[in-house]
Amino acid sequence: MTVWIVPLAVTGILLYGALRRVDIVSSFLAGAKDGLQTAASILPSLILLLTVIGMLRASGGLEQISNCISPLFQWLGIPPETAPLALIRPLSGSGSLAALEDVLQTYGADSIAGRTAAVMMSSTETTFYAVAVYYGAVGVKRSRYTIPCALVGDLIGLLASAWIVRLFFF
Amino acid sequence: MKIAIVIMLLFSLFFGIWNQSADKIGTAILNESTHAVELVLSLTGALCLWSGLMRIAQDSGLTEKISRLLQPVISFLFRGIQKGSEAVRLIAMNMTANLLGLGNASTPLGISAMRELAKEAPKGVASDHMIFLTVLNTASIQLIPTTAAMLRLRHGAESPFDILPAVLIVSLVSCVSALFTARLAAKTTIRWKRRQRL
Repeated sequence: MTVWIVPLAVTGILLYGALRRVDIVSSFLAGAKDGLQTAASILPSLILLLTVIGMLRASGGLEQISNCISPLFQWLGIPPETAPLALIRPLSGSGSLAALEDVLQTYGADSIAGRTAAVMMSSTETTFYAVAVYYGAVGVKRSRYTIPCALVGDLIGLLASAWIVRLFFF
Repeated sequence: MKIAIVIMLLFSLFFGIWNQSADKIGTAILNESTHAVELVLSLTGALCLWSGLMRIAQDSGLTEKISRLLQPVISFLFRGIQKGSEAVRLIAMNMTANLLGLGNASTPLGISAMRELAKEAPKGVASDHMIFLTVLNTASIQLIPTTAAMLRLRHGAESPFDILPAVLIVSLVSCVSALFTARLAAKTTIRWKRRQRL
């Protein structure tokens, strides 16, 4: 069933557009150009972040830090290799993209760490960034219980990613 | 973010001395920028494809249609919100954009919705509805994990989209638990306020 979601979404959108007599080609081109701009806009920060994470990995530090906290992660049922991603996920979108890339490159896309990292990345958001953007726009200074609630969601997302991946694939 | 970068740099310096791995760090500095360009290049195709498709969905009124379906859900989640109001419509649009992975479109919509909600809140304070909207936006509810799938394909996944059911379940679980916590917090603060008044 789920293998059909992506093909159906793509054909569905295109057919619906055609039926509604939208000029699907020019609409697509306009949107794709936006995508190009987004890609260009994330490149500079990715260069910085991948370099810094790469330095940390090359120094041997990333492995040693992961080893240090691996008992805690193992106790929680999370692959310790995903620790850098889990820590950076709520803080930075491009940082977590860099961390995901690092996990996939080092351990492989179909490994338990790679799968867990991919699910973590897709099912959580850049919490602090979102809060800053939304409250910044309307000048909210007292956010009350926003951050704790959002972080509860993130934490549960991280734990559930590891558990569900283990349940489904391993 | 600045702090995270400084911490990582200090750590790599420390471990570079500890493990005597300065040469490897040097190689990494040279390599990683190329790596970043490759990474963005490999994502660009999928990013453009989805942005293009989503523009068609917007122009054909498909996103509007989905957002209308979402409005009852929103009236249910945001207790006490006026049904059919501008705020509900904007929140529905924001959620639709999130579901479809339209990052660029969802933020402006969310901000407009936030402005609408802020009109009925004391200045500078987040109301329960505003907190709910923010929590909804900090919990990812994207239906199709394009970026992660693309990266997995690049690193030799046999079926990059096979994580989709897992992603949907985890998104739902984390979103519901965040909203549940928010609802609980809203209730406790109401009780607390009442007690103060007595």
